[in-house]
Amino acid sequence: MNRDHIRNFCIIAHIDHGKSTLADRIIEMTGLLTSREMQAQVLDNMDLERERGITIKAQTVRTVYKARNGEEYIFNLIDTPGHVDFNYEVSRSLAACDGAILVVDAAQGIEAQTLANVYLALDHDLDVFPVINKIDLPSAEPDKVAREIEDVIGIEAMDAPRISAKNGINIEEVLEAIVEKVPAPVGDPDAPLQALIFDSLYDSYKGVIIFVRIKNGTVGKGTPIKMMATGATAEVVEVGYFGAGQFIPCDELSAGMVGYITASIKNVRDTAVGDTVTNAEHPCKEPLPGYKKVQSMVYCGVYPADGAKYPDLRDALEKLQLNDASLFYEPETSVALGFGFRCGFLGLLHLEIIQERLEREYNLDLVTTAPGVVYRVHKTNGEMIELTNPTNLPDPSEIDYMEEPVVNAEIMVTKEFVGSIMELCQQRRGRYVSMEYLDESRALIKYVLPLNEIIYDFFDALKSRSRGYASFDYDLKGYEKSELVKLDILINREEVDALSFIVFKESAYERGRKMCEKLKEEIPRHLFEIPIQAAVGGKVIARETVKAMRKDVLAKCYGGDITRKKKLLEKQKEGKKRMRQVGNVEVPQKAFMSVLKLDDE
Amino acid sequence: MMNKTSMIYVHIPFCVKKCDYCDFTSFVCNEESKRAYFESLYRQIEIESESVENLSIDSVFVGGGTPSSVNEKYIYKLFEKLRDRFSVSDDPEITIEVNPGTVIKEKLSVYKEAGINRISIGLQSTDDAELKLLSRVHDYEGFLHSYELVRNAGFENVNIDIMSALPTQTRSSYLNTLKRVVSLKPAHISAYSLIIEEGTPFYERYKDGKDLPDEETDREMYHDTKAFLKENGYERYEISNYAKPGFECKHNMGYWTRKPYLGFGIAAASFYDENRYLMHSDLKRYIEGDFEKEVTKLSKDDAMAEFMFLGLRLTSGVSKKKFEETFSLSIYDVYAKEIAELTKEGLLIDEKEVLYLTDFGLDVSNVAMAKFLK
Repeated sequence: MNRDHIRNFCIIAHIDHGKSTLADRIIEMTGLLTSREMQAQVLDNMDLERERGITIKAQTVRTVYKARNGEEYIFNLIDTPGHVDFNYEVSRSLAACDGAILVVDAAQGIEAQTLANVYLALDHDLDVFPVINKIDLPSAEPDKVAREIEDVIGIEAMDAPRISAKNGINIEEVLEAIVEKVPAPVGDPDAPLQALIFDSLYDSYKGVIIFVRIKNGTVGKGTPIKMMATGATAEVVEVGYFGAGQFIPCDELSAGMVGYITASIKNVRDTAVGDTVTNAEHPCKEPLPGYKKVQSMVYCGVYPADGAKYPDLRDALEKLQLNDASLFYEPETSVALGFGFRCGFLGLLHLEIIQERLEREYNLDLVTTAPGVVYRVHKTNGEMIELTNPTNLPDPSEIDYMEEPVVNAEIMVTKEFVGSIMELCQQRRGRYVSMEYLDESRALIKYVLPLNEIIYDFFDALKSRSRGYASFDYDLKGYEKSELVKLDILINREEVDALSFIVFKESAYERGRKMCEKLKEEIPRHLFEIPIQAAVGGKVIARETVKAMRKDVLAKCYGGDITRKKKLLEKQKEGKKRMRQVGNVEVPQKAFMSVLKLDDE
Repeated sequence: MMNKTSMIYVHIPFCVKKCDYCDFTSFVCNEESKRAYFESLYRQIEIESESVENLSIDSVFVGGGTPSSVNEKYIYKLFEKLRDRFSVSDDPEITIEVNPGTVIKEKLSVYKEAGINRISIGLQSTDDAELKLLSRVHDYEGFLHSYELVRNAGFENVNIDIMSALPTQTRSSYLNTLKRVVSLKPAHISAYSLIIEEGTPFYERYKDGKDLPDEETDREMYHDTKAFLKENGYERYEISNYAKPGFECKHNMGYWTRKPYLGFGIAAASFYDENRYLMHSDLKRYIEGDFEKEVTKLSKDDAMAEFMFLGLRLTSGVSKKKFEETFSLSIYDVYAKEIAELTKEGLLIDEKEVLYLTDFGLDVSNVAMAKFLK
């Protein structure tokens, strides 16, 4: 098909504004194949794919739309992850598009994430056109929202399709707008191959399946390819495009097209998102711009609750990494928790996703330590260490100074909550940058915030202080010098490595006190008294005591029902098995994680 | 099958009124249900006695519920049935539990006639306000009256049940209960610490610990019990049981030394041939003749664990020799580590022939006992 009849686009929206519903409608109202393709025997291939049970991970999909002008257009709808943790992935997906549909909720209006995504799209020179969704809601104010889009974002919105994706109202207008407003791709099919990797997925039959947008050149079966950043080379086994729910092989992909490449590649790390695929024999002059090596922003220790499950955890992480190049892990040992892994994540959401997958899909019971960011420790000898595990902090005498990562945060909130949101940012050591009113009721507040202040519960705090109205977005700004200390926890005078963490000096007392209180609740009584102490540099700054057990007796005998008594004892014994031995103290697994939730109160 | 002495437990699941703290299987029922229950009970005895031979019964315990709340003719017939189906040893201990307000002279003489020679009376407290909170049907005066009837009927071997750690109870009100009970000179005293059991009205009322004595007071009461009763000639022989010399409850001791016993009635437990049985608790099913029991087969590990955690309830402890005779293994082959730990923690004393828990060990006996489970 002619490049003129291809439209590569994505949908950007705030959470819940209807992105996936609109995507579903677009897929429903368009076809899978062009009329020419239907005559060829592609269906056989598809059945084979179905038998193998391959499903497409991302919602990236190619559909065929017969427009009002009577011509067929190929729509490549490219999925973008919806969370700030995956900002880099979002930017690469955007780079694969030529245009973007901006979905705005007719009742909610513009939110921080909408803005962030629009700016990101405009940065990539995408043509953005708005769609006003949920016009069927009683509280819908499409005129007001259209004005808002024009005022705040500065793009034409008065003629924006006003739709209800849920009820299928005016969807065709969107389809026509895609044809009209998204530019056709440019590029030279005869130039050396230059393809952008925007996603990849591991399949046990085909190896890595690379999702690409061909910027220049052509690729087909047998093409020798090279990943320019990672240097990996391979020979193409198959190329194709994304049907709804299946992979459809084709002969070649050329400039302007979106599709997949398989080449018996064994590891997704070889096909990093943002990298450029070129022809190994006729390489392009330079890679496409914007490639970044994925960096973990948040680290934590992940341990099997049952030490014997260590090999299972290792296998599970290995498998997850096949499909998720942004997951980092390396083995580590903790005195308290035994053998486990230090894992790096893009952000807290990513961490939660991985943790949940390990528990659900791999049936593992995990103990995770408090997540932390990567600190830079500048030593007096001039050396700089990137610290991902608090226990590795050098002796204070060897430390010249430390730096912590900070982010540019944008918070959008209605007027009445501005005060309490600013107070929150202040508490979290934020540095005020600016505030502007977007309209008479809403403000955009900008702060520089330390990353470690927002990874735990900032989003929740934001929501609760704004009754759910605030929206939030951030990106990494860089590193700043900071007064940081390592807070250690001692249980019965023994330091528990898995509970140590790095904290802003002035917050150390507060956090230490809360940790001790929380641990006091979690650690059951023993036959002896257990002091729980928080210490900085060997100096105790807070203390609680778990009193000694005085009584644990069951006198009744229930008419000789010994089995009942035994069950109670078994329960007690079972409970002990779920404990971790710290010196002579048994600490419940739960205690290691409950300290993550210090700010719940 | 069995050719040794055994015990019998009979459960009478009826009460005049259910106490708010009680989680035993008991109901308030009409006469017809009681009659039908006893019919089933006799039938169970008939059926199950068929499969056991050469059994010499040296202890019978009729518990509840409140066995004294039913017409004495049922009890009389129960013993007729038991004597008819089992051979009873020469000097058996035969106990019935009674509650104040449910005994009269005639009833007691029928008990005597039936062969009952030990009475266990539930008093719980001598403080009327505390009794009221426990929702007991009697006051202290009512108890005294019943106790006098029991003694006058010629029962020498009498137990009084008391409880500590009751709502609003103070150390001095509890001491007062101890003093009054001792002045009545019963042969045996059972002193329990109240357990707030889930599923009882007390659980809803006191689960947060409000109005209950604090841990400190609770422990003081517990230790007062031992000291005061000792001064007055009662030896603690088990976690919660005290007796004048020679009046230790044989039936109770039998449970802790793993003597076999047959249980009759709903919710009654049995133990023989290294199997533990538990009858269901459904009155209706039982009356319909459903005598299905839950069976727990004990492995050698289970049996050894039981030997330890039951035996250690007794202040005399467990005999190393008896362990070896029973299991053909030295107690140290199996439990050297546990014994060493508990001794080090001050919970256990390892003497030449026996192992027994210290006073502190008895206070936290669950910790010690759980260790012996494999």
